[in-house]
Amino acid sequence: MSAAHEQAFALRRSFIELRARERARAILDDASFRELLGPHERLKSPWLPPQGIVAQADDGVVVARGTIAGAPAVVLAIEGAYQGGSLGEVSGAKIAGALELTLADHRRGVATRPVLLLETGGVRLQEANLGLAAIAEIHAAIVELLPHVAVVGVIAGMIGCFGGMSLAAALCSHLIITRQARFGMNGPEVIEQEAGIDELCAADRRLIWSLIGGEQRFQTGFADALVDDDAEAIARAVREAFVAPRTPSRTLQIQRYRQCIASIDPGAAPGAAELRAVFGHGGSH
Amino acid sequence: MVASRGRSWIEALASPARVVCFDAQPSVVFANGSLGGSNALFVSVVPDPSSRFARARNGEVGVQEGWAVAQLVRDTIAADRDGSRRSIIAVVDVPGQAYGRVEESAGIHLACAAAVHACADARLAGHPVIALLVGNAMSGAFLAFGYQANRIIALNDPQVLVQAMGRQSAARITRRSIAEVDALGESALPMSYRIDTFARFGLLHALIEGVDADAPSAADVDRVRKMVATASDEVRASGRKDLGHRLESAAARTMRHASIEVRRRLAEQWQDP
Repeated sequence: MSAAHEQAFALRRSFIELRARERARAILDDASFRELLGPHERLKSPWLPPQGIVAQADDGVVVARGTIAGAPAVVLAIEGAYQGGSLGEVSGAKIAGALELTLADHRRGVATRPVLLLETGGVRLQEANLGLAAIAEIHAAIVELLPHVAVVGVIAGMIGCFGGMSLAAALCSHLIITRQARFGMNGPEVIEQEAGIDELCAADRRLIWSLIGGEQRFQTGFADALVDDDAEAIARAVREAFVAPRTPSRTLQIQRYRQCIASIDPGAAPGAAELRAVFGHGGSH
Repeated sequence: MVASRGRSWIEALASPARVVCFDAQPSVVFANGSLGGSNALFVSVVPDPSSRFARARNGEVGVQEGWAVAQLVRDTIAADRDGSRRSIIAVVDVPGQAYGRVEESAGIHLACAAAVHACADARLAGHPVIALLVGNAMSGAFLAFGYQANRIIALNDPQVLVQAMGRQSAARITRRSIAEVDALGESALPMSYRIDTFARFGLLHALIEGVDADAPSAADVDRVRKMVATASDEVRASGRKDLGHRLESAAARTMRHASIEVRRRLAEQWQDP
């Protein structure tokens, strides 16, 4: 390692180690951070206390307004350290509601930039149907925003992004991921439980990272940027995403992906390299 | 072809139009029929016991189903671009998304997101989208197929179910018995496995009583078809394309009070930076 490299490494500030509030701060321009519905508002989950669970005052989502490269922005940061980043009624409504207000901004000519910091296992078990309903509303809001503005998602890890929020991530026009993140719809434990250990052994960490880890997700084209765990690098990638030319959403590339799926032999349990050949930018499509 | 609630209801509702599979995808079936005098697309995801994807043989939404639904709905949007927008009737009977290794590595999240995007775009393009729940509407499968509808209508039947996690999984994860999981839903309403409890959140447009969900009579089918047609007409007349009405009912004002309060306070504090 050269002296310059060593210095760069020493100066690097881990994004993953930051809590949601600090992550939002790191994405926004210096000193522009202003939190909405902060912990002092004590807008907590009405559903957890009756089930004997202490409700956190921000319900695990930070809504932060500020600027990104001088433009108005909103950052929605999920706190992975609270209930596994799961979404309940309040946390889900914070994200959906903020995206709906972003849409209203665009309709009145204010080009607010939305960023989602996704660190979530999906629906919160204890708020089941209300989490699911909120996620449907988040999906609706993202779809409605897409013609107006880039919607930028970041999956930093260590929890990653799963469940219904993996669909929200997939709807984002630009998705940034780190090597430390895992990204999929059904987590390995859920698959093992639903389909059996012969389908997938959740303890086989190497296999799982090779299939749904950040690097593979980038190499197979399911994420747009692979970034180091460095707060500055992630903030830079977010800024770049808002000025990058818009490419057709992956969710609109239906024929391409149907061909990819058709070319897979599901019985053969394709490995990481085969999947890169099928889905990756270097693939046949 | 195997019998399923989804299949029998789509065939009954679309009749006399014939239900066929979409683009050689046996698990995604559709018919272009009529509803209350105007054209409608009926679509359902149904079991395909011979699917190449072993984890998607029982009506689950897997990679093939997500992309096929997206294509069918996009084709419909494109065909109607310059004319009257067909109603889109999603007949929902989905036990879940496909849980499998190959599904994850091949991007089931993206396939399901593509279906979400297409259904939401159909709604935004002015197609009345109605989800009719005749069986399971589980978790990510329901997000992908049905939850973006302008209106959700359900049959009041013990096997009609909206939930984020199946009973058995919930029992395993929370180390409870099935009976305990059901009992929990009596007090923790969002965890309930009863459609009439779900109806209390204001997310359903209508809960249809007294219909035999497994073997509907001609009168049952006629009644359900009329309710779907009326809902579709209402959407068309309202001109409303978003999901905001889900928070406007008396039921939502009581049971999703926090969802409304969060939005109210966010709007108060929003202001330009």
